[in-house]
Amino acid sequence: MQLFVRRYGTLIGFVAILVFFSVMLPGTFPTARNWLNITQQVSMLMVVAAGMTIVMVMGDFDLSVGSTASLAGIVAALMMAAGQPLWLSLGLALVVGLLGGVFNGAMVSLVGILPFIATLATMTMFSGFAFVISGGRTISGRAIPEEFGSFARGGGTLGEWGGVAVNLPNLSILAILVVLAVWGLLEQTTFGRRLYAIGGNMEAAHLSGIAVKRLRLIAFALTGLAAAVGGLMYASRVASANPVQGSGLMLNAIAAVFLGSTMTRHGEPKILATVIGVLVLGVLDNGLTQMSVDSYVRQVLVGGLILVAVAASSVSQSRR
Amino acid sequence: MLTTSGEGPSTAPSTSLLAARSVTKAYAGIPVLKGIDLAIAPGEIHALMGENGAGKSTLIKILAGVTAPDSADIAVDGRPVTIENTKAAYRLGLRFIHQEFNVVPSLSVAENIFLGRRYPRRAGLLVDWTALNAFARQALKRLGIDHIDPRLSLGQLSLGDQMLVRICAALLDDARLYVMDEPTAALTREESERLFRVLREIRASGSSVLYVSHRLDEIMALCDRATVLRDGRAIDSGRMAEISHDDLVAMMIGLRVEEAYPPSKSTPHPQTTLSIRGLAAAGIGPIDLDISAGEILGIAGLSGAGQAELVKTLFGDLRPTSGTMTLLGAAYGPSSPAAAWTRGVAYVPRERRVQGLVMRRPVFENITLAHLRRQSLGGVWLSPGRERALARSTGQIMRLKSAGPDQPVFELSGGNQQKVVMGRAVAGAPKLLILEEPTRGVDIGARFDIYTILRDLASQGTAILLVSSDLPELLGMSDRIAILRHGRLDAPIPAIGLGEDDLINLCYGRVTGRKTA
Repeated sequence: MQLFVRRYGTLIGFVAILVFFSVMLPGTFPTARNWLNITQQVSMLMVVAAGMTIVMVMGDFDLSVGSTASLAGIVAALMMAAGQPLWLSLGLALVVGLLGGVFNGAMVSLVGILPFIATLATMTMFSGFAFVISGGRTISGRAIPEEFGSFARGGGTLGEWGGVAVNLPNLSILAILVVLAVWGLLEQTTFGRRLYAIGGNMEAAHLSGIAVKRLRLIAFALTGLAAAVGGLMYASRVASANPVQGSGLMLNAIAAVFLGSTMTRHGEPKILATVIGVLVLGVLDNGLTQMSVDSYVRQVLVGGLILVAVAASSVSQSRR
Repeated sequence: MLTTSGEGPSTAPSTSLLAARSVTKAYAGIPVLKGIDLAIAPGEIHALMGENGAGKSTLIKILAGVTAPDSADIAVDGRPVTIENTKAAYRLGLRFIHQEFNVVPSLSVAENIFLGRRYPRRAGLLVDWTALNAFARQALKRLGIDHIDPRLSLGQLSLGDQMLVRICAALLDDARLYVMDEPTAALTREESERLFRVLREIRASGSSVLYVSHRLDEIMALCDRATVLRDGRAIDSGRMAEISHDDLVAMMIGLRVEEAYPPSKSTPHPQTTLSIRGLAAAGIGPIDLDISAGEILGIAGLSGAGQAELVKTLFGDLRPTSGTMTLLGAAYGPSSPAAAWTRGVAYVPRERRVQGLVMRRPVFENITLAHLRRQSLGGVWLSPGRERALARSTGQIMRLKSAGPDQPVFELSGGNQQKVVMGRAVAGAPKLLILEEPTRGVDIGARFDIYTILRDLASQGTAILLVSSDLPELLGMSDRIAILRHGRLDAPIPAIGLGEDDLINLCYGRVTGRKTA
């Protein structure tokens, strides 16, 4: 029974939330349109959380993803505002994210600083960079090319429902692709297997011939890259960039991975569990907004939910 | 208090200090204890023995109040009691000292001794450190320990000294029974001897010790009686003085073992596998050594004589400062353990939980961890089928008892966990196999399996470097033995004809005129 609660508690909670909103908002919540909307709302978080899962598999985490996302958005927007082609702007933004991740990885694995401290420092640094190069301004309007903003508004047509065309938003498609890529990487490659080994026992992994330092560095680099992708998606969606727009992503990404890992067998982060974690947060946000619950009250509820889920799983674990 | 001599009573007296009768316990319907009787007299050192998985830990957990038995009649000093939680066990005067001791390495020795107790204070406020350290020094002295400074942080001490501090803490208030689970597993010989003196003092004071160990020689020398668990039942050994080593083994595994070590199948090849010249690194050297293909070369020495440094240097985890190594005729200087594995050097580390295994991952992943490049598609894409096949065949070779390749390693018994670590090393068909304490905390059956594997590997031409503090093991398995002393390695000598006392003398650097074996 306890094991059941531990394994499936979060999932049951998720279903309960779905039922609750479906009863409270029968006209608007359980509709295809709303669900497609949710997939778009969570797509940025999904990408960043997928990247976060990679480092959390090793037992590390990255506090700088929000700043990296903001910085990537600013870099791309400034490049575009300077008249650079779209591909170059986006490419440079992704490189910035990757390099930020490499820097995190170098601090953690080569210098040996605790991830918490290293990424707390880079979180502040990257955020500072974003302010410095943007001058603290929001870059929007005519500076942003039309095709960048329209990407987020577009989508692939799924079919018709009630006479209205139903589109799967481009951002959702991108998020699905990223999740699939991370799933392949973590579950199907030697790289992923080695990350899990590092997370389980770093010393044993090292002595078994795993290049722990290099893999940790690569993992942080990928997390930085995913954060940059998330930041660009955000910028595309609002067709503008400002130096703080990604800051909410970090805590939610970590929360989503934690929520997800309460469902796995040994509490290890898994990408598909992270997807559920992201959906829990996204659905709560969507439903509570529709019920016109104050956003501060929402924060309290989401925080409480995370505590309950993690506490339930760790309490039953310790009694095993 | 009953009268006690150094020998201890021959049979359980009418009032046992602790008597547990008809203890039963089943996990998920599978009986682990099928009506165990255990009687411990006052003032005796009582051994609890049995192979891994025989139920020793379960029985101890029941006594400690951690696990509830399905049924049991437990009496302390003849009064029936129930031990419903750890506090109850504590109140009854039972103290438990586990393999993984709970200490705080960053705190001082004195603080660790008084952990969870009231510190002496000045004016009821500030901690009186002088008094605390003085109390600690006194407490240590009672055990005849005067080489440990109570002000040092515990992490600076050797494992053995940490264990002594831990025992010292348990001895602070007079308890009736001390339960020690493999206390010597991490101790060197001299540290163990110190512990045994303490245990004998405990016995002399009228308290008792329940001593869990796999080391038969220790038990024969130290304990008054033994209870042997086998197949969920208990066998009372009777007086230790009246039975032989072989009787004890027979009680444990249910049949007589004439020979604890399988015979050597081959003579070492003339070809040299690893050749070391003038090798020096932090703490060791210069060292010269040749290991032949098919040879088992034992490394003996007191603890801290440089074993760890030598192994690390050979395995690429410590940079040599000078010297050369040649592996099968080619220059060898691994920059990392990864490089060592690629060159066909395999390693079984000292601490299987800390250094060897990813406990929550399945058996097959632990075995293939060092061989993922070859067991995957292009070194990138996992091939679970191929990995499971390798794990199955390796498991068969190792005689691994598991529910299958997908069972998480933490569910296995200690001996089987060690077989998984060994299996990882064996699965790559290594040219050179380096083992540190390969049978620590491993029961006699699994131990024999491991020795058999080593013999097989040697006969297939693997050179084996066996670093061990278990002298009978070194003598029984090695072709030659080299003594490591203060980071220097003596020239290897043939193991045949050597006795344990010769080895001890050599470790201490005393020259023996004649062979005593």
